[in-house]
Amino acid sequence: MTGWLGPEEWQAVALSLKVSFWATLVSLPFGLVCALALARGRFFGRDLLNWLVHLPLVLPPVVTGYLLLLGFGRQGPIGSGLDTLFGITLAFQWTGAALAAAIMAFPLMVRAMRLAIEAVDPKLEEAAATLGASRIKVFSTVTLPLILPGIIAGAVLAFAKAMGEFGATITFVSNIPGETRTVPSAIYAFLQVPGGETSAIRLVIVAVAIAIGALILSEWLSRRVAQRIAGS
Amino acid sequence: MSLSVDIRRALGGFDLATRFDAPEGVTVLFGRSGSGKTSVVKSVAGLVTPDSGRITLNGRVLFDASDRTNVPVHQRRLGYVFQDSRLFPHLSVRENLCYAARVSGRGAKDPRQVAELLGISDLLARRTHALSGGEAQRVAIGRALLSEPDMLLMDEPLASLDGPRKAEILPYLETLRRETGLSILYVTHNMAEVARLATHIVLIDDGRVIRSGAPEEVLTDPDMVRLLGIRDAGAVISATVAAHHPDGLSALAISAGQLLLPTVDAPTGARIRVRILAQDVILARARPEGLSALNILPVRVLAVRRGDGPGVIVQLRAGEDRLLARITRRSADALNIVEGAECYAIMKSVAVSQTDIAVGLQTGL
Repeated sequence: MTGWLGPEEWQAVALSLKVSFWATLVSLPFGLVCALALARGRFFGRDLLNWLVHLPLVLPPVVTGYLLLLGFGRQGPIGSGLDTLFGITLAFQWTGAALAAAIMAFPLMVRAMRLAIEAVDPKLEEAAATLGASRIKVFSTVTLPLILPGIIAGAVLAFAKAMGEFGATITFVSNIPGETRTVPSAIYAFLQVPGGETSAIRLVIVAVAIAIGALILSEWLSRRVAQRIAGS
Repeated sequence: MSLSVDIRRALGGFDLATRFDAPEGVTVLFGRSGSGKTSVVKSVAGLVTPDSGRITLNGRVLFDASDRTNVPVHQRRLGYVFQDSRLFPHLSVRENLCYAARVSGRGAKDPRQVAELLGISDLLARRTHALSGGEAQRVAIGRALLSEPDMLLMDEPLASLDGPRKAEILPYLETLRRETGLSILYVTHNMAEVARLATHIVLIDDGRVIRSGAPEEVLTDPDMVRLLGIRDAGAVISATVAAHHPDGLSALAISAGQLLLPTVDAPTGARIRVRILAQDVILARARPEGLSALNILPVRVLAVRRGDGPGVIVQLRAGEDRLLARITRRSADALNIVEGAECYAIMKSVAVSQTDIAVGLQTGL
């Protein structure tokens, strides 16, 4: 694989995988909580939460990236706080790329999980309670196993989306080789220089393969969740 | 052992104000659909919260609006069998049965005895989607039993099953009542289930308890006929199997004499109960002769209730038991069937179907 891809290309693929992996892993618990709140919650501000979660889907990615820069940049209110309190810098770092990717992928992740949660029959949870299961036990022994394929499907989709994130990433963390140059940024960069087309094509093939693989995996998992809940 | 319910709950235009005691045994909550039966059981289980009132089980307070006691569902120690079996699709039959033991300190870990009782021993390794409706419901009953509840709540457990499947499960419910001694609160609007299972009946209409008492009394009360349904009106009487005759009939000893019915599936000496529908009983002022019907019992008229239609309901005393007869108003007038009249009740042997005979149990307490 390293033989086929040049060192610069390989660096971009490895960075993309690292960024997407962490973006998916860290956003997973937040995604589950949001999906649960949106599917089951009856609280004031539920519409607002729904709107916020879906915002990155409809905003131009460049706008999202710029908002991230304003908020999480070194001078930004959140960014400066993180810097002074924990010594964490996000701007122009691979962690910033992960944050941008996570936020852009978040709506897709929440959506897949929410669908799975809504497909769970609350009557089963009622039955579990009558059998002596506390709310936590009901969740861990009935709800969670039934939505697990949905959670995995959401994570796979989010991972694929994170792999492809470009606009918000390049705006927030720029295009620094080895630090923030992910596959899409690298393709863009290769296309800016003469003779970069072959490198770009190779990265395009990798990107297409990963995207299709993720879609197939997510479809298969969604079908499993449907089967499991229908019990057929 | 008893459940005491006194609750009020307003829901839209519907007003539930229900008060009754369920003694040891099988208490059947009977009422038409929409009468509020299910709301009552759900309140007992804690799945819905009444506006006010109090629910206690064996002195343990489950709900009391006055001091805001509301024990959570999972701490009420009540088994609940739903109309739809609600088995967990991601678990096997065995895992479903042992669910209570897994999630709470209570509950039996070994399902074999209960599986034996319900005839589901061969299904333990199966996935739940491979079960028939009747099998799934028996697993659901077993799952509730294995949670070792203080009382079993059954909300129309047979309503979603077709005739043969119902007939398949009823004997298991009778066995359950006999062998576990567990008190059951059973919701239904099916008279056959009432007749076979009930040791106590609570009639509910429009969210209110109309009548509560032993089945022998409630079912033969002419005033209750409207609620029970005219076609389903009938008495439940206890009998002892006296003999099995080679011509396919069984002789049953009842307080008023003898009944001959198609072979009853119970040994000689067994106590059974038989449901005799009001519309299957004919009245005669004199003992008829040359009649094909085999069962002729001397009876005395206790009451005559006229309705709006052409029929009347006649309440009869036969020995120690009560019977109901449904005859036309014209016949009642012609034969002068009035309170105190002595006459004969006639029943065809074949009129009593096997599904109206409950084997191996006693009526009343």
